[in-house]
Amino acid sequence: MVSIKQDIRIGFYICHCGHNIASMVDCPEVARYVEKLPGVTLSRDYKYMCSDPGQELIQKDIKEFDLNRVVVASCSPLLHEHTFRNAVAAGGLNPFFFHMVNIREHDSWVHTDRKEATAKAKALARAAIQRVAHHKALEVKRVPVHPDVLVVGGGIAGIHAALTLANAGKKVYLVERQPSIGGHMAKFDKTFPTLDCAACILTPKMSDVGAHKNITLWSYSEVVKMDGYVGNYTVTIKRKPRFINEDLCTGCQECIANCIYKEPKFTDEFNEGLGKRKPVYIPFPQATPQVVLIDPNVCLNFKRGVLTDKCKKTCVEACGDRKAIDFKQKEEFVEIKVGSIIVATGFQTFDAKRVPPYGYGTYPNVYTALEVERLVNASGPTAGEVILRDGRQPKAIGIIHCVGSRDKKTNRWCSRVCCMYSLKLAHLLKEHTEAEIYNFYIDIRAPGKGYEEFYDKLNSEGVHFVRGRVGEVTDWGMTPEEEGKLVIRVEDTLAGFVRRIPVDMVVLATGLEPQADAQDVRRLFNMSCGTEGFFLERHPKLAPVNTFTDGIFIAGCCQGPRDIPDTVAQAGAAAAEAMVLIDRGHVEQEPNTAYILPDCCGCKSCLPLCPYTAITFDDATRKAVINEALCKGCGTCVGSCPSGSIVQNLFEDEEVFSEIEGMLAD
Amino acid sequence: MIEPTPAAPGSWTPRIVAFFCNWCTYTAADLAGVSRLKYASSVRVIRLMCSGRVDPQFILDAFRQGADGVLIGGCHPGDCHYVEGNYKMLRRFQLLKRLLKDLGIAEQRVRLEWISAAEGERVKTVVNEMTAQIKALGPLGMPQAFAAWDREVSELARRTNAPEDTDPEHSSVEGEVREGLATPVGAPAESQVSANTEVAHV
Repeated sequence: MVSIKQDIRIGFYICHCGHNIASMVDCPEVARYVEKLPGVTLSRDYKYMCSDPGQELIQKDIKEFDLNRVVVASCSPLLHEHTFRNAVAAGGLNPFFFHMVNIREHDSWVHTDRKEATAKAKALARAAIQRVAHHKALEVKRVPVHPDVLVVGGGIAGIHAALTLANAGKKVYLVERQPSIGGHMAKFDKTFPTLDCAACILTPKMSDVGAHKNITLWSYSEVVKMDGYVGNYTVTIKRKPRFINEDLCTGCQECIANCIYKEPKFTDEFNEGLGKRKPVYIPFPQATPQVVLIDPNVCLNFKRGVLTDKCKKTCVEACGDRKAIDFKQKEEFVEIKVGSIIVATGFQTFDAKRVPPYGYGTYPNVYTALEVERLVNASGPTAGEVILRDGRQPKAIGIIHCVGSRDKKTNRWCSRVCCMYSLKLAHLLKEHTEAEIYNFYIDIRAPGKGYEEFYDKLNSEGVHFVRGRVGEVTDWGMTPEEEGKLVIRVEDTLAGFVRRIPVDMVVLATGLEPQADAQDVRRLFNMSCGTEGFFLERHPKLAPVNTFTDGIFIAGCCQGPRDIPDTVAQAGAAAAEAMVLIDRGHVEQEPNTAYILPDCCGCKSCLPLCPYTAITFDDATRKAVINEALCKGCGTCVGSCPSGSIVQNLFEDEEVFSEIEGMLAD
Repeated sequence: MIEPTPAAPGSWTPRIVAFFCNWCTYTAADLAGVSRLKYASSVRVIRLMCSGRVDPQFILDAFRQGADGVLIGGCHPGDCHYVEGNYKMLRRFQLLKRLLKDLGIAEQRVRLEWISAAEGERVKTVVNEMTAQIKALGPLGMPQAFAAWDREVSELARRTNAPEDTDPEHSSVEGEVREGLATPVGAPAESQVSANTEVAHV
């Protein structure tokens, strides 16, 4: 039995948490049980410990009863450890003389037998009572925060976050893997519900980014390595070769006009494969930075990506005195130091080929929503004319909702924006073609400001709405009207029978998914993902832009599907969180660092274990030494030391052993 | 409000000590709680910052103090909040498993699980599974076994230190001791407990 030192005076508090704990755990009984344990000066049960009166009770008791340890049995320490540590400190006691017991998330909320739940609460309380006697007074570590910020991803989220920070006077690095910033929003024609032109509202922000003195824009670049901790991140960025010197290119595009290829021949990624481009190209007219790039996979001066220098290089000739083209450009690695990182890497659209019954890839006139955005866009491959792949103009169009969303076979979640963009596309297509438009939906989700009104407007425009999940798109006509058409087979659930609706064009409202390399990116930044693959926020309601790693924030669709207003709001929130760190100037870290005792025998087995290289060997004393500033408090070296010579503050061996003993003492 | 449902009468709840890492498994257990999932009440959690902190002595001490099982929860390989702590835990665990086998402790009593912060369901599944397995094995009862061995040793010491009481005609000291001790319930017929069987239930 671990003996309790004579001068230990523990105050124990068990919280009812209203009904949350009290309905399953007999709190007064636990309090009575704990009162009799050695070292316990007082034992109380109270309705809401985290409330102001609850906290004041602790402070009063510390003074009145001369307590030198405090234990609270309530919810998870991940929620309120901070609250109670502050309360204890306000009562005049070192906050690390406090320990918290989780009898809600780990007990009352997960068990159904009152006797067992109460017995478990007693065991856990006893463990804490025995542990807290060993706690030592500790001071929080203060770590300075580097004032620069890295924003990863140049879509609307990254752009807004970068501008907000830059306007506040902070220095921002904005890294985007595509040749231009703008993200998915740059591809849209109009945005719902206002029908603002996407490019018109986006491009001013893009140019602000390009021109801002506080923003270093690195497009066509990717983060490849990240080291460090909150306030002190070292990030390595790979700058991919455009074969153009960014500083010298004026964006005149003479090189494109004079390329050895007279006509564009290669798949245009920006136009979703619907248009063509040349080997030297600019992704879209308003690209930022206004710099062209050369694709080494199709440029004649390369063979399979390797420079051969066999082409006439009419582009270089056209560039003339500017001398911006540099075929010898290599990829470059740059290292920067920042204090916080905002990850805004966005989403990818669902691959419609995963739903074969809808015929994407089989029938040429089945399109995804993003492809249609490019078709109706005046700067798109057809200059805004809705012309099908076979050259015809559609007279009837079917828009199928929920492709790759709300589907057990593909993705279970609702992608949140597809109903609204399907309504928008219905409107735009009607405007461009005067065709009959059918929207096939399960539910119409129009939750935002002006969204329901937009739906009403569509209804009054004569768009047909059919409530039913489309079973199949087929070109197999069964009547003369269906010849040469795509037939949509759907159960009209409101009318109560199956319909065959012949159309010329089918538009699939594909859902939003995490990016293909989301798992790699999240490992790079030491983040977690939820079960669906989107980045995991610290708390879904109260901390939607924080992650479990301090100093790393997320914003936009990389956290979950959302529309532009919510994305911009979230980006602003992430920028604010980063500003908190920067303006405070320092971060307080848990003092759970490790240190080495003088009885270290110099075996060096701890040295290679530390991922932060915090342990070094002192040749003079022949002992290992831990650098407290680098130690992150994982305790791996502590668990490995063969002679038990490493001690971790807050998680000492004696503390854990006494916890084990206490929880098995019943 | 959740209505309590009492456990079946006569059933025994094993006591499993769990070492959960703060960033993944502890958070997953919190998520299980927030989702109001229901699982066996056998597990008592000790929170550590990383599964790498788990010293093999903790596991051995848990058994010594009377635990019927030990569960260690860490982040998935590649996802450790501190980069590699879980790998170090894995290494120690492989060695410890062999040691525990030699001590006669059944393999199902110690378990290492990778549970990420989003896997609240997994906490429930693992706890229920482990509880069922240990219920089938029965209590480990190490403190009681130690107490019995302590009695055996002090009895031996007593007889050794009082030689005039020994009757050479009757039985040797060993034989007397073997007779004198109650046969442990459920132990194999041989007086020696072999390395492959469970520690004697007393």
